[in-house]
Amino acid sequence: MFDICELHEPETLQEAKRIFHDNPDLKVIAGGTDVLIRMQHGSLAGAGLLSLRNIRELEEIRMLGDGTLSIGAMASFTKIFQDDLVQKHVPVLSEAAVSMGGPQVRNVATIGGNLCNGAVSADSASTLFALDALLKLENLEGERIIPMGDFYAGPGKVNLGPGELLVSILIPREGYEGMGGRYIKYAMRKAMDIATLGVAVVCKVRDNRFAELRIGLGVAAPVPIRCFEAEAYAKGREITLECVQEIARLAVKPSRPRTSWRASKDYREHLIEVLAQRAVAEAVKRAGGCCAH
Amino acid sequence: MDHKVVGKSAQRLDAVAKVTGRAKYTDDFFERGMLVGKVLRSPHAHALVTRIDASKAKALPGVVAVLTPQDLPQIKFATAGHPWSLDPGHRDVEDRLILTDKARFVGDAIAAVVAEDLLTADKALHLIEVEYEVLPHVLTAEDAMKEGAPVLHENRPGNIVSSFGVQFGDVEAEFQAADQVFEGDYETSIVQHCHIESMSAFAFVDTDGRIVVNSSTQIPHIVRRIVAQALGLPWGRVKVIKPFIGGGFGNKQDVVVEPLTAAMSLAAGGRPVRYCMNREEVFIDTRTRHGMKLHLKTAVSNEGVLKGIHVQVLSNTGAYASHGHSIAMSAGGKFRPLYDFRAIKYEPKTVYTNLPVAGAMRGYGTPQIFFALESHLDDIARKLEMDPIELRQKNLIKVGHMDPLTKNVVRSFGIPECIAKGMELIHWDEKKKAHQQQTGPRRRGLGMACFAYASGTHPVALELAGARIVMNQDGSVTLQVGATEIGQGSDTVFAQITAETLGIPVDMVHVVTTQDTDITPFDSGAYASRQTFVTGIAVRKAALEVRQKALEVATRRTGLPPAEMDIRDCMIVEASLGRAVCSLGDVAMDSYYDRILAAPITSDTSANVRINAMSYGVTFVEVEVDMETGKVEVTELWNVHDSGTIINPKLAEGQVHGGVSMSLGAALLEQMLFDPHTGKPLNNNFLDYKLPTILDTPKINAAFVETFDAAGTFGSKSLGECPTISPAPAVRNAVLDATGVAFHKIPLYPQVVFEKFREVGLLAERSVEHV
Ligand SMILES: Cc1cc2nc3c(=O)[nH]c(=O)nc-3n(C[C@H](O)[C@H](O)[C@H](O)COP(=O)(O)OP(=O)(O)OC[C@H]3O[C@@H](n4cnc5c(N)ncnc54)[C@H](O)[C@@H]3O)c2cc1C
Repeated sequence: MFDICELHEPETLQEAKRIFHDNPDLKVIAGGTDVLIRMQHGSLAGAGLLSLRNIRELEEIRMLGDGTLSIGAMASFTKIFQDDLVQKHVPVLSEAAVSMGGPQVRNVATIGGNLCNGAVSADSASTLFALDALLKLENLEGERIIPMGDFYAGPGKVNLGPGELLVSILIPREGYEGMGGRYIKYAMRKAMDIATLGVAVVCKVRDNRFAELRIGLGVAAPVPIRCFEAEAYAKGREITLECVQEIARLAVKPSRPRTSWRASKDYREHLIEVLAQRAVAEAVKRAGGCCAH
Repeated sequence: MDHKVVGKSAQRLDAVAKVTGRAKYTDDFFERGMLVGKVLRSPHAHALVTRIDASKAKALPGVVAVLTPQDLPQIKFATAGHPWSLDPGHRDVEDRLILTDKARFVGDAIAAVVAEDLLTADKALHLIEVEYEVLPHVLTAEDAMKEGAPVLHENRPGNIVSSFGVQFGDVEAEFQAADQVFEGDYETSIVQHCHIESMSAFAFVDTDGRIVVNSSTQIPHIVRRIVAQALGLPWGRVKVIKPFIGGGFGNKQDVVVEPLTAAMSLAAGGRPVRYCMNREEVFIDTRTRHGMKLHLKTAVSNEGVLKGIHVQVLSNTGAYASHGHSIAMSAGGKFRPLYDFRAIKYEPKTVYTNLPVAGAMRGYGTPQIFFALESHLDDIARKLEMDPIELRQKNLIKVGHMDPLTKNVVRSFGIPECIAKGMELIHWDEKKKAHQQQTGPRRRGLGMACFAYASGTHPVALELAGARIVMNQDGSVTLQVGATEIGQGSDTVFAQITAETLGIPVDMVHVVTTQDTDITPFDSGAYASRQTFVTGIAVRKAALEVRQKALEVATRRTGLPPAEMDIRDCMIVEASLGRAVCSLGDVAMDSYYDRILAAPITSDTSANVRINAMSYGVTFVEVEVDMETGKVEVTELWNVHDSGTIINPKLAEGQVHGGVSMSLGAALLEQMLFDPHTGKPLNNNFLDYKLPTILDTPKINAAFVETFDAAGTFGSKSLGECPTISPAPAVRNAVLDATGVAFHKIPLYPQVVFEKFREVGLLAERSVEHV
């Protein structure tokens, strides 16, 4: 039994924006797999909810004219990991999507909710960050498109203005074209778990050199991060085991892990290096490269 | 022996009801005007309630009653689900009140609300004003035993619930005389049962003024007694009903929610009240498995003959005794009928601390003891440079062994065959060779561990079971037992025993699966792997009586004496000729409608079973260790069991799957964690408590060596708890084999493995530079 005092269920995005504009205190609910947990724990008592569940237009995954892949905020993880466009162009996102929860959770949990919830462990966040994704936000007054890096404001905090909704995630062509990728979700269990560490790597290989490499990390700092120094180091370099090891070492540098009863800082840092190395090696392989000696 | 039904995988009787969702569990029953109960829990690990004011909560519309400790009888009662003992010296520890004004762990029940709905109840809880005088608390058994440690229960000033041990032989003399003496320390963590169905009950006062409690319990007849005792009522004033249950694993061999639920109904004028815990509550305020620390000291000859062993156990039982006193004691008896020690000294200490209450859980302390012992044996084998299997084989007892303390006799002993079979199934020798000289980040290893267990509790406790059979007009029978089906398949097994005895198919045995203490035969319930063994004897006895009576009725038709007849495939046959003479249905109709001799065929029996049978088995396992992350994965596992005759292979396999997965969880992932400063639970939910999912569970292979035990029905012995004993030490030993690193505590959580690898130099220290 949940302490809910009102529920709005608009059928169009326009209608949703208007309701949210008029009632900025409403709590947006998508799949509800984060919101309802919070309610169960006693926060959000007496909340009014704005549900996006009936807005079909927000579920679409499509290719825009300029080669940008657009993923509606309300696309479920089941839909994402099974989607033909996703599997063809950004298989690493499919890999991240299916690592999430279990079948029942994936059926209802949305990618928009995953990002807007602001959790550093969000399985889609590090991958989208590595893919240089952009977020399209709208309210009744207009829209803005911001990079992933500008969205996170702190642990559990995102930059959503009053009455603002996340509408879609945009992955520009440069973000994914010709890239091999690998997402390693390191968790204690193989399903139904949050990541101890999430490592997303995409790379482009030319003449067995890194034409480009991007690394996103989840649960390595208070918000998802990119490993820019490691990425810069890789650029243009020949792919060797030593090079990959050095990339992995550099990937630890921007991290800010902390010790909690779940895992120690020391262990987390160790994992970043070990798993970054494994993820880069696999991404290289998938991009057609080779990192043997 | 040639059986028609026994030994076959009869489909479980409740299979369709369960998979179609038609089986009704406690929460599926509704009464008109049902209310809900909620509990206010202490935020402190140890505190006195100095003031409690419920007036605001009572004034909230929708609140029907608020209960505080003062509103309830101040009768201390014991919660452990054991048969009552007429001897006061053998009773369980009476240390609990329904609500307490002295909180002894975070989550201890202080007050309760009965309201029209859950939200109102929740709001009312927040309106109850409580002032506490916070007391110093203690979380570990060592600390609790120190001079000046906070005292949990005034009548146990040293916090020791029980330290009753046993010994035989002269263990000190063995140490003096031995070629070698080895010592080791081992530790297991606090884990929980994780049954799918929560702890739940509802109660109301019936039209005859009696309290009816419906509960998800393993032990309805015991619940009845304890509810009555806690409320100070005559036992007959309470009636307990047990419908389908979604798992218990020992947690429901204890009285947890029922007395409070009954009290809630009484406070609400007898209206029906439901009290169903949420998962967070189940974690903190039901029961857990005791975390134990064990010190083992063993005298061994150079040839590997085990001479004597001294086992010291420190068992953390949490805030109330529950089963604590009997668990440490009982577990210590299980390895005696396995390895032939000449001298044993077993010294357990069960200690109160300000943690959730530990109680019965599948294996009843035995998994902890065997984790220590079987790890210890591998450590000894390493030091002796001896094969660990050979070390065990050298020291096994033999058939005919009589335990010097319990006087239980081993009548069947299949463990040598189990070992041989397991080695073959896992390809032990080939794999051992293949694993030599491994390098690289992933390494494999092999491990094994043995166990022994009992079938029921004889001679420690009463083993009484009841069965009632009524033959219906069509020759089918209706069977009632006081033993409870809790998912293990006991109803099906009883139907098979009945069908086999009566010469009818299983589908002609209708088992009443619900227990109702008003009408169900007396039986203490599902625990101690006792039901097939103990209740099976009662069922067999009832069925034999029905068979005899049916044959006597048949005599009137055939003129043949009963001894010359048999029942086969629902027909009365002349045994020596195999000639059918009439149908069982004819006999049944006579028994109901013969104008002169009608007397329906029934039997109502009970068996006081004063014998025991030892069950055995061994786990063989292969693991792969990720040397960089510290993750351990089980790549192959075999559990090979000697449980005597297997009455239903499919169900037996199911027991093995469940038990093994439970042990693997404890070996690798599961542990309940508490803030060391406050005693607050850190992970009382399924996100943070890492119960393995099906993806984390390897393929579990079950194999059986079928011995015949003369004590059991059709030669059967126990199996329910057995599979959860040996997998954890086998995994630990396999990790030792793979890495050369001996772990002394479970779970082998990746963080812990990582730290250990660092410590022994398998992983280099690194210095991290941050930007
Ligand atoms: C059993 C279980 C397992 C889980 N496992 C994982 C896992 O493995 N990995 C993982 O990353 N997460 C996991 N989660 C967390 C959760 O499922 C995800 O974060 C999920 O993606 C949230 O999506 P939702 O649609 O359910 O969001 P909701 O709960 O509906 O919303 C989440 C937040 O986002 C806001 N919001 C949602 N949509 C929008 C929008 N379009 N615009 C603005 N604000 C919006 C809501 O107001 C809320 O604050 C799990 C949760 C459960 C219950």
